[in-house]
Amino acid sequence: MLEIRWHSRAGQGAVTGAKGLADVISTTGKHVQAFAFYGSAKRGAAMTAYNRVDDEIIMNHEKYMQPDYVFVIDPALVYTSDVTVNGKEDTKYIITTHMNREELIQSQPKLEGKEIYTVDCITIANETIGRPIPNTPMLGAFMKISQMYDIEFFKESMKRILKKLPQKIIDANMIAIQRAYDEVK
Amino acid sequence: MAFDKMELNDIEVWDGNYAAAQALRQAQVDVVSAYPITPSTPIVEGYAKFKSDNFVEGEFVMVESEHAAMSGCIGAAAAGGRVATATSSQGLALMAETLYQASGMRLPIVLNLVNRALAAPLNVNGDHSDMYMVRDSGWIQFDAYCPQEAYDLNFIAFKVSEDHDVRIPAIVNQDGFMTSHTAQGVHTMDDDTAFGFVGVYKPMNDMLDFEHPVTHGVQTEEDWHFEHKARQHNDMMSIVPGKIDEAFAEFEKLTGRKYNHVESYDMDDADVAVVCMGTSVETAREVAKEMREKGVKAGVVGIRVVRPFPFMAVAEALKDVKAVAALDRSAPGGAAGMLFNEIAGALFNTDTKLLLSGYIYGLGGRDLTKAHLVELYNELQANADAGKLLTQQQQFIGVRGPKLAYL
Repeated sequence: MLEIRWHSRAGQGAVTGAKGLADVISTTGKHVQAFAFYGSAKRGAAMTAYNRVDDEIIMNHEKYMQPDYVFVIDPALVYTSDVTVNGKEDTKYIITTHMNREELIQSQPKLEGKEIYTVDCITIANETIGRPIPNTPMLGAFMKISQMYDIEFFKESMKRILKKLPQKIIDANMIAIQRAYDEVK
Repeated sequence: MAFDKMELNDIEVWDGNYAAAQALRQAQVDVVSAYPITPSTPIVEGYAKFKSDNFVEGEFVMVESEHAAMSGCIGAAAAGGRVATATSSQGLALMAETLYQASGMRLPIVLNLVNRALAAPLNVNGDHSDMYMVRDSGWIQFDAYCPQEAYDLNFIAFKVSEDHDVRIPAIVNQDGFMTSHTAQGVHTMDDDTAFGFVGVYKPMNDMLDFEHPVTHGVQTEEDWHFEHKARQHNDMMSIVPGKIDEAFAEFEKLTGRKYNHVESYDMDDADVAVVCMGTSVETAREVAKEMREKGVKAGVVGIRVVRPFPFMAVAEALKDVKAVAALDRSAPGGAAGMLFNEIAGALFNTDTKLLLSGYIYGLGGRDLTKAHLVELYNELQANADAGKLLTQQQQFIGVRGPKLAYL
């Protein structure tokens, strides 16, 4: 079982990202689950979304999770919420930030000793899609770190999932995914 | 036909709400009369979108309240159409009066009830208090444990509810958020197969049949009220279970997916068992398997048909078990939980002498974790080993503060 927790703000696309990832993985024959805690459901409020992936049908519906990966798609959330909660020793963290790993850990000592990867999804989204929607870049970064799928296969799959959007936006998302894949450290 | 068909993949990643909306589209519902409420809103939104995109030929009636939503469904069903809606929690509470009208008037309507806590305090998250509130309303009630089942049970609900020997409205329950907003793989039927299962709607005593005028919603007073209610109950007890069997069998033939009034998992040699509903059934199944690796013969019983309650099937499923926990996701307000009572009733006049304990859990969406269930199975095993209940008959799982136990 692969388990992922997303830290996001409502409106940044974590639910869409989690469902999109589940959709891509499902086409490869694996079983998936994507859900979220909405809390007060106000735009901008901190929220979490979740993915489970397994070879067997997923029957566990508990909200409690010890994630294998933590995605943080808003840079401020590493300070205002505990992104390490219920973490395991080998949990991997992919964090949106303009800082490098050392600066990030210095600014948030809780991350010391964790396996941290950084990528500036907000800037990438702003410069490609034109809006600070960091969900698809995060998935590009995840493909690099996890080596789950070949990036070209992943981009083709995402084109299908985004097919209802204008072509310009789809193209921009592909560039964003590739940039995050290339830039994550 | 005047509407477009939709191409679906064999497996779609859908949440429970979208799965239900797709089922309403494929059943080609004629009228959806609805008022939005979290977490059920995406079901009727989905139908409205399908309609505006020409994927259904039907009417979407926007109303000012849930009371009016069900009233609209009653009018449309009496007129002779295939009718459905969706609601949750406070919406169902406001709808309650009209639910009894629908069942008393013997109108086939499918209501997707996305289970949510009842205020106060206000909470949009999932528990079964709305399901429990209307359990005596005369509606058939099915319970889905995951998005796949929310999809499947809608077709079964139309099939049973619209049968001319039945004509009783049906509720399809799914857990708010835990099913309604959780995306998982759903095996789909193509549009023709799905519609073929429910078939073209055949009205009966429809008000738009001007050649055969009928009266709906009459006043009977003492003279005939009791006979109407007795007939309604008789049909629930005597006719509906068989019709559900037929629908389950036909659905299995079509899809390979088998449903039962009572779902038993790992029960053949079980010493201890948990009885519950909703997503908890699946989580408990996973924990039961893990308990077996540790040597505890654990099983799970899920209630699929909440009404008519499968009294005999529950007794049969539990007859060889030593200790059973009844898990109720609704505050019982000064009594034992509903499942505790139903199970106790089902077993009382049998030779089965198992140890039954009741647990209240998960109110307002409180997480039922695997760790809770491990502890629960261990508690049941301790009861079984001791040959008597080591706890009080009613306890709470997962509530903060001092341990609560009663009875």
